[in-house]
Amino acid sequence: MSNGPIALQDGALALKPGYANHGADAPRDRHQTGEAVFVDVEPHPDVAGTIQLGFWIYLMTDCLLFAGLFATYAVLHGHTAGGPTPRQLFDLPYTLTETMFLLCSSFTCGLATLAMNADKKNATLGWLAVTFVLGLGFISMEIHEFAGLVAMGATAERSAFLSCFFTLVGTHGLHVTCGLIFMAVMMVAVAKKGLTATNRARLNCMMLFWHFLDIIWVGVFSLVYLSAVVH
Amino acid sequence: MSAANEAVTGHGPHGEHGGHAGHGPTLKQYVTGFVLAVILTAIPFALVIGHVVQDVLLVIVVCAAAQMIVHVVYFLHLNRSEEQRWNRMALLYAVIMVGIILGGSLWIMYSLNYNMMPGMMHAKVWK
Repeated sequence: MSNGPIALQDGALALKPGYANHGADAPRDRHQTGEAVFVDVEPHPDVAGTIQLGFWIYLMTDCLLFAGLFATYAVLHGHTAGGPTPRQLFDLPYTLTETMFLLCSSFTCGLATLAMNADKKNATLGWLAVTFVLGLGFISMEIHEFAGLVAMGATAERSAFLSCFFTLVGTHGLHVTCGLIFMAVMMVAVAKKGLTATNRARLNCMMLFWHFLDIIWVGVFSLVYLSAVVH
Repeated sequence: MSAANEAVTGHGPHGEHGGHAGHGPTLKQYVTGFVLAVILTAIPFALVIGHVVQDVLLVIVVCAAAQMIVHVVYFLHLNRSEEQRWNRMALLYAVIMVGIILGGSLWIMYSLNYNMMPGMMHAKVWK
């Protein structure tokens, strides 16, 4: 790629600096002077859109992973093998509190998006911090719930129902944990480098991920907690 | 670069007005989404905790589906714009696959349970 006068820049062909141009009196544009076009390492608008689409496709495949786990739970939630049933184990007001933590964090994540779009760096960081704390609250409650279940003897190996429960809810919890790490990394990146185009593209992906986890949680509390208790 | 940034994120400083569709989220969208999500969470929880009605499974499923749509529209901002065409395609694909995996599993396992009830095993005559 580096040998000829043509360089592939953001998927489009462009002349390299130095190779331009015939006729020095021709009007000088960015390609001919070559400064901004080639020094610029920020993603091109089209590239940012492609990044988002790629991330979106990853989220959709993640849906399929969860679909498998949801299907397993839906089939096996009655197979308690003489062990504790969902009705005995689940504390719905506790789950409702967890749900509100995650829902509020999704909302504050949206406020962070608005702050980012308004070019307010400190407000973005502030709302991300609030989102992070709410997410941390959610995951802490979940770990507390798991610890309580294990202390009661309701472990993953007790019955098919509990195996599915821990796999499904645990996988979601693992995603939330990854989201929190992603968020922490982005907060450091924004604090250090500001709202650059690269950081914006990554923040957009992180925000998509966070909202997506809330959608999965809607499925979790509806199927795992509410439906299982009703049955 | 600032012009390009606006093109990336799709909104300038005038995002608050939200006049043109598909040009960036607004505060109103997030508030609407949040309020709807809270309502759609409160309904199934209240019905199940309060034992209000007997058959709430349908309500739970409808509220969950409605809330997922609310999240996709108001938080993920999926809309009918041309630039989101492939996002919609990917979502449609995911929804179909999830439907097949979930519906198919439940259907097959239900029939299996039904056809393999203890009485059926003996009723079948093998020759």
